[in-house]
Amino acid sequence: MLRVAIAEDSVLLREGLTRLLAEAGHQVVAAATDAEELMRAVETCGPDVCVIDVRMPPTFTDEGLRAALVIRDRWPDTGVLVLSQWVEERYATELISGSPHGIGYLLKDRVADVSEFLDALRRVADGGSALDPEVVAQLLARSRHPLTVLTSREREVLALMAEGRSNSDIAETLIVSGGAVGKHINSIFSKLGLASGEHGHRRVLAVLHYLNGVTS
Amino acid sequence: MYFVRDLVSPRTWLAFIHHFIGVCVGAVVVWIVVPGLVAGALGLPVAMIGMPILGTTLRFTDWFARAERARFAVTLGERIPDWPAGTRSGYRLRLLPRLAKLSERATWREVSYAVLRGPLSAAAAFVTLGVWAFGLIMVTLPLFDWSLPGGGFHVGGRTLQETKAVFVAVAGLLVLLAAPQVTRGLAVADAALARRLLGPPGGLAARVAELELSRERVVDAAEAERRRIERDLHDGAQQRLVALAMELGRAKARFTDDIDAARDLVDSAHAQAKAALTELRDLVRGVHPPVLTDRGLDAALSGLAARSPVPVEVHVDMPVRPKPLVEAVAYFVVAEALTNVAKHSRASQAKVVVEGHGYPGTLTVIISDDGIGGADPNGAGLSGLANRVSGVDGRLTVESPYGGPTIIAVELPCSG
Repeated sequence: MLRVAIAEDSVLLREGLTRLLAEAGHQVVAAATDAEELMRAVETCGPDVCVIDVRMPPTFTDEGLRAALVIRDRWPDTGVLVLSQWVEERYATELISGSPHGIGYLLKDRVADVSEFLDALRRVADGGSALDPEVVAQLLARSRHPLTVLTSREREVLALMAEGRSNSDIAETLIVSGGAVGKHINSIFSKLGLASGEHGHRRVLAVLHYLNGVTS
Repeated sequence: MYFVRDLVSPRTWLAFIHHFIGVCVGAVVVWIVVPGLVAGALGLPVAMIGMPILGTTLRFTDWFARAERARFAVTLGERIPDWPAGTRSGYRLRLLPRLAKLSERATWREVSYAVLRGPLSAAAAFVTLGVWAFGLIMVTLPLFDWSLPGGGFHVGGRTLQETKAVFVAVAGLLVLLAAPQVTRGLAVADAALARRLLGPPGGLAARVAELELSRERVVDAAEAERRRIERDLHDGAQQRLVALAMELGRAKARFTDDIDAARDLVDSAHAQAKAALTELRDLVRGVHPPVLTDRGLDAALSGLAARSPVPVEVHVDMPVRPKPLVEAVAYFVVAEALTNVAKHSRASQAKVVVEGHGYPGTLTVIISDDGIGGADPNGAGLSGLANRVSGVDGRLTVESPYGGPTIIAVELPCSG
């Protein structure tokens, strides 16, 4: 069971999320309507993870994003999952700046695939990362390096790594064996000249850094 | 024959009349404007007296300028445009709002026109009349000579000989034939002067014409865009939501008797709902993605590049963010161009280069692909782009020979 704080200004979505999480056996410790309320809730309740909408009052631009940065700064053990109607590579880069440790950034639509959403939430709460496939596609499209050296399967694996998925998760998604995934990953790392053997968020960081120069 | 026709042409005689009306009008006006300005200026220290006098005088010159524009149109067929709305205004005189006209360039040109009208028309009328009179007198000289008893006509104390009289008559004929040219030439010169003093600066007039055209195009482009959005909503998200509601309705009906069928329907409805979300998101992104406002063009292009089925390389070198409007147009151009690349070009690779050159300066956006070419700059898509671009005074060029490659280049000014 996770203790979750929600910040979402739309009543419909806030209630929906609260119910969805409760039905999955998690405890919603706070349901805030803006960033300030969320901060106070994090301060008092100390949730495992926050689910934050990017656009919130008063300016409806990137309040959620800024709140997420403050939270990861002040309460590094609290995971932050940012949800948005649109995901943008630039926001992801800002969000991750430094480390993808306990950071998630997903399209709101992904909530509709409940089990995958809950997986991502769990990953973020445990200090992993969860980047939306669409963000990763943008990162790949804007990569500083040409990725032509990679085979198409290797590109798929690279994308899934960037999303923050584990080897077993990647194997399951691509319907291949765990050993095959390991081989692909080794090949990718040697082709791109990255240090192999990284795991968890360090591996995500290495990939993101390679793609877009996310500072480590 | 040409010269004879000019002699009786209405244009010649209208120009002739024009000069004489000018003399009359000018003679009256100068006596209103000059004393008005002098009295107004002298009375200004005693504001209560000077202000209304000045104000009335300037209103009069304004009215006179309008009347003169009409006169030129009637007598010379010369259309002198008025200053376009909003271009007359000079400095805002806070203390003397009623005399704001004093700071207008247009006003002072009109005042100088009013003062010059009399003398200029007088000169023109004098020359015109002189030419006609001299010509007529010289031509009729032999006749005159002949009609006198005993002949012999004295010019300057000397008797004119017959041969010389003929010579004078021929010279007179030449002068008379030249008279229409002189009359009309002076009218043309007069019109040119009036155009300078009563019309807006030449560059401004051309600019107004250009803006009128581009405004029309922008309105058209906006209207086309609204129709596209309406169509996209109607064909896309709206249909999906209808299908979704229908499937949920069917599922509801099946729950009691066929739970498996109901589950399939709910699955399908779930998929429809997600597809509707994606379509709505794409639609909004096509109109104006929020990231464009928040983080600028560079950040917004990532989304376009990622969504393009043809791999796109993006290079952005822009030291300063341009105005939001310029960014929006640049974004729209790239979005539309990449859509075209995906739809028509059969390209395997596309490239977007955005470069900002100083500020104020220009923003250059170049979209190129290695496809088959043959893009029609007058087609709906590209002409729509050109219209959007012209709305911000930009320039769009399309290079797309058959066999490719296609290069679309846009220059957008980003001053102020």
